Amino acid sequence: MRDESRVRAGRALRLALLIALALLFLIPFYLLVRNGLAAESDITSPEWTFFPSSLRWGNVRELFADTSVPYARSLLNSALIAVATTLGTLLLASLAGYGLARIPYRHANKVFYAILGTLMVPAAVTFVPSFVLVSSLGWISTLRGLIVPTLFSAFACFVFRQYFLGFPGELEDAARVDGLGYWRTYWRVVVPNSRPVFAAVGTIVFIGAWNSFLWPLVIGQDRNAWTVQVALSSFTTAQVVRLHELFIAAAVSIVPLLVVFLFFQRWIVAGVERSGIDD
Amino acid sequence: MPRQRGGGQGGTARKWAGVQNRTLWFWIFVGPFLLGLGVFTYIPLGWSVYLSFFDAHNTVTPSDFVGLGNYTAMLKNEAFTDSLWTFLVFSLFIVPATYALSLALALMVNRQRRAQAFFRSVFFLPAACSYVVAALIWKMSIFNGVRFGLANTVLGWFGGDQIAWLSTTDPPWYWAVIVTVRLWLQAGFYMVLFLAGLQRISPTLYEAAAVDGARPGWQVFRHITFPQLRATSVAVVLLLVINAFQAFDEFYNLLSDARGYPPYARPPLVYLYYTALGQGQNLGLGSAGAVLLALIIAVVTVGQAKWFGLGRKEAQ
Repeated sequence: MRDESRVRAGRALRLALLIALALLFLIPFYLLVRNGLAAESDITSPEWTFFPSSLRWGNVRELFADTSVPYARSLLNSALIAVATTLGTLLLASLAGYGLARIPYRHANKVFYAILGTLMVPAAVTFVPSFVLVSSLGWISTLRGLIVPTLFSAFACFVFRQYFLGFPGELEDAARVDGLGYWRTYWRVVVPNSRPVFAAVGTIVFIGAWNSFLWPLVIGQDRNAWTVQVALSSFTTAQVVRLHELFIAAAVSIVPLLVVFLFFQRWIVAGVERSGIDD
Repeated sequence: MPRQRGGGQGGTARKWAGVQNRTLWFWIFVGPFLLGLGVFTYIPLGWSVYLSFFDAHNTVTPSDFVGLGNYTAMLKNEAFTDSLWTFLVFSLFIVPATYALSLALALMVNRQRRAQAFFRSVFFLPAACSYVVAALIWKMSIFNGVRFGLANTVLGWFGGDQIAWLSTTDPPWYWAVIVTVRLWLQAGFYMVLFLAGLQRISPTLYEAAAVDGARPGWQVFRHITFPQLRATSVAVVLLLVINAFQAFDEFYNLLSDARGYPPYARPPLVYLYYTALGQGQNLGLGSAGAVLLALIIAVVTVGQAKWFGLGRKEAQ
């Protein structure tokens, strides 16, 4: 009896702790929306209140009407970059991962280690030389410069290779018997049967591309090439800040991600579990 | 069929591009990716090493060879070595803290039967937020060092004094701001890694432990769960250290303002950013710093892998 009540008490304690932590994790999101829909005076009021005095949906309209900030343009840039990066990465990394995993070739392991080695050098460390390269190509402040260099993700390639290593061979054998070569087997049999891993990697790449900051900051020097993160950052470091505008801009910037995130969440989890990252 | 096999251009081409030619197909699949990786990772690295031996201000084709001058200048430069210390302090905070929090979250969420998906989603949700947005919330709403900031409001409830979180170096309260931002953003992601690891532990191990009289809780965790999570732990620590080395976004967005970046709390990447791309564009010096940083990361990563015995699993 005593044991049982102790177990029950432990369970209640854990639940209470989880709820408290969950609230703590949600507060920043709440503050983002609260400040975004408040009046400036609410944000800087000396008495902090949990709820703003009024909800001002007009803040959203005001943000897009403000011509001193290229906000709509930066959203468009981010959308173009994130979509192109996601599609390009999925194509290139999945082909490479499949080749490494399923096409027998004498030096495949050497090639794999050459790719894996680049994971050890974090992309951020190479930003000086990459900037040098992109600027000598004349790609500064172009979408090309923002997209192309980021398309070759060793991490995505690694995840696809691990996944394809475990792909059931019988399906490919059947395709082979039907006279399909590697190319058509890949597109007609392998890809349609691998949708979850494409969704998982695609979501992670999309979120990463949308949120990336250092590379767009370095390459997008012209205002017209700003991504939404660079635009937001330039507000926060500016001399005069209109706080409610800044917060509503930040809130708007995470809406596309929340949609993608909530829609594909289970695939992210599955993708992480299958990536073999912790094997 | 015999006609095709007998030669003719179509026949040879088909044979040449057939399934038998594995080398060709391997390169068709892997080639484009490897080519891009070569152009955008290997060439920049090589170029960086080349530039690091030159006096390269604002130019990528320098002519003034300085040998190891940039390296000695960098190693003697207090701002650069300070940046390495900043990183060390930062990682000494963030790596154990993220490890402990994400493991604790995973253990609690894993045992929670009802509403498990809800809790997992809530803790994972910050992963969808960017450092720029998170830094904004932290800097302008929670830790903004004035009365209307959330942190100071809460402190006020308990009779605490107000703290200028980001603008005081003594005591260095800015570390609390920097560490909590990253903790909030990252813990959920590593929690998912731990959850995946927990789900792979065989239930028979727990049954055996129960038969042996191990008490649920600390004993089971110490003798079963934790050792079984070893591979996950190694991967998590490795990723945490590599990510800490890349710290840039939150430092830049929390600390810089219209007046520029304060002289304290510059991790290596922030320092390199201002050296290479700030005024003067000293690409030679910046490249030398990047090469030094890459070397340090390689040594740490390889050392860590050796220390933890990556690959030892296969030997068992």
